[in-house]
Amino acid sequence: MGIKLKYEVDGEDFTRAGEASGDIKKTLKKLGFPPETVRNVAIAVYEGEINMVIHANGGEITADLSEDGITVVLADKGPGIPDIGMAMKEGYSTAPDNVRALGFGAGMGLPNIKKYSDGMEIDSVVGEGTTIKLKFLPKQ
Amino acid sequence: MKVTEAVKLLEAEVLCGDTEAVDIFTACGSDMMSDVLAFVKEQACLLTGLVNPQVVRTAEMMDIKCVIFVRGKKPDEDILSLAMAKDIVVLRTDKSMFSACGALYSGGLRGGKLA
Ligand SMILES: Nc1ncnc2c1ncn2[C@@H]1O[C@H](COP(=O)(O)OP(=O)(O)OP(=O)(O)O)[C@@H](O)[C@H]1O
Ligand SMILES: [Mg+2]
Repeated sequence: MGIKLKYEVDGEDFTRAGEASGDIKKTLKKLGFPPETVRNVAIAVYEGEINMVIHANGGEITADLSEDGITVVLADKGPGIPDIGMAMKEGYSTAPDNVRALGFGAGMGLPNIKKYSDGMEIDSVVGEGTTIKLKFLPKQ
Repeated sequence: MKVTEAVKLLEAEVLCGDTEAVDIFTACGSDMMSDVLAFVKEQACLLTGLVNPQVVRTAEMMDIKCVIFVRGKKPDEDILSLAMAKDIVVLRTDKSMFSACGALYSGGLRGGKLA
């Protein structure tokens, strides 16, 4: 097995945010990955997808699925993250009030991604964009 | 409890899904999806006053099988068709968040462990 998936995430359409994560979740389930792994990937990627839409005007998600591991890369050409250490702190958020009214912006997303993944690397350049690489090791 | 039981306790309207097919073991009430994603662990139902498709998406990712809109909030057709596609039961009740949670608690449901 070795399946590659690729999605464009529309930064203009908040209502469609989560389509990519939902499709990745469905695919993992169909391929028979353990339920806990499926849930961990779904939650982490969904947090990343929402971030892309609310902070970075969209981007691209690629997923590489194989029995020994799942790699997901979320890449955007948004404003970048000036201080990654700060952004990783629980409760730190620059989300405006209109995002909070939609139910997001508690500053929990990045720490949550870390919690649910088995490896997280953030590369971000202010003015150029952000790339987050996630690794998941299926546990039986 | 079966969702059917929750429908009675909440005097709720069933908007989609099979209430006999879904069991709920715990409940979580929040208008912040960020917190739901960060804290909910066990198989729960979600009570919320927030109405947008991301409520259903959040439930989907978390394996939450039942969403209950409180304060008489009415989800639109898009939200309901998304819920149907994801096999999620949707209810609505006129009760406030506080009263809805209280009614479920009195019926025997308890809050789950926080992740
Ligand atoms: N892709 C991104 N591009 C630019 N900035 C980002 C991106 N992702 C996160 N950030 C920055 O990092 C902060 C923290 O992100 P995090 O996901 O933890 O919280 P949030 O999105 O603000 O709220 P929540 O995730 O709880 O809804 C954001 O407020 C934002 O400033
Ligand atoms: Mg976030």
